[in-house]
Amino acid sequence: MEAQLKRGLLDVCVLSAIKDEDSYGYKIIKDVKPYIELSESTLYTILKRLELSKMLKVYSVEHDGRLRKYYHITEAGLKRVEEFEAEWQEVMSIYQFVIKGDSV
Amino acid sequence: MNKKEYLAQIKARLKKYPKKDVEERLAFYGETIDDRIEEGLLQANAVEAMGSVDEIVAQIVAEMPSVKSSGKVDKSWRKLRTWEIVLLVLGSPIWLSLIISAFAIVFSIYVSVWAVLITLWAVELALGASAIAGVLGSLFYFCVGRSLPAGVVLGVGIVCAGLAIFAFFVCKAVTKGMVVFTKKFSLWLTYCFRRKEGA
Repeated sequence: MEAQLKRGLLDVCVLSAIKDEDSYGYKIIKDVKPYIELSESTLYTILKRLELSKMLKVYSVEHDGRLRKYYHITEAGLKRVEEFEAEWQEVMSIYQFVIKGDSV
Repeated sequence: MNKKEYLAQIKARLKKYPKKDVEERLAFYGETIDDRIEEGLLQANAVEAMGSVDEIVAQIVAEMPSVKSSGKVDKSWRKLRTWEIVLLVLGSPIWLSLIISAFAIVFSIYVSVWAVLITLWAVELALGASAIAGVLGSLFYFCVGRSLPAGVVLGVGIVCAGLAIFAFFVCKAVTKGMVVFTKKFSLWLTYCFRRKEGA
């Protein structure tokens, strides 16, 4: 998949993984992995980027005698997911056009 | 390999990168390894699941945007910048005067070009005015009854009119040429500037 497209999709995937409840690194990887390839270093970069663009907030919780970082989606993050849903309608219509072009 | 060794090896390979960023990344990896262990994996297996040290280092290097692949760190870049600034300030008597003279040369070229044009059109205007004055003057002399000066002045006026018509075409051609030249010259200037900027 094209890198730029994959990057955009991964951002939305990660946001969706924390949309319903706050989550942590390993859980996000497990949740997203069935749909799209995601390594630890890629996830770290995405989380950092989303944090910098204020789409999520980070907080630490003590768990089993160690600290675990949790990620919480912000209003801006939720808005991004909504935008993606709207954009996707557009992408689907382009997809239909491309498919139609193939069959001619 | 256990978690500690694994993270230490990665850290050793990322010495050239900003320490804070590396520490933060490693903490993130450590957390994921702990989560895998918690899920029931043995420490060695949890480490293995992360990928080899080479793989992880390659991924991190590819994903650190602020650091160039040559291994140059932001900090050394900043040092270089400071040096550059110092050199720029120290060299300002030389480069500043050079820039000013370069601008002066360009400006003088433009001024000379337009001075030539203004001169040519002034000559054209003068010839046209002399032609009109010659005709009017000869009429005046004719009315007064002095036919010889009337004829001379009329002749001069007609010569001026002829020259004015000829000069008009010369002026027009030169103006056109100068406009083309000015355009080409400014294009050439921007080209030189862009090429230097790109280098």
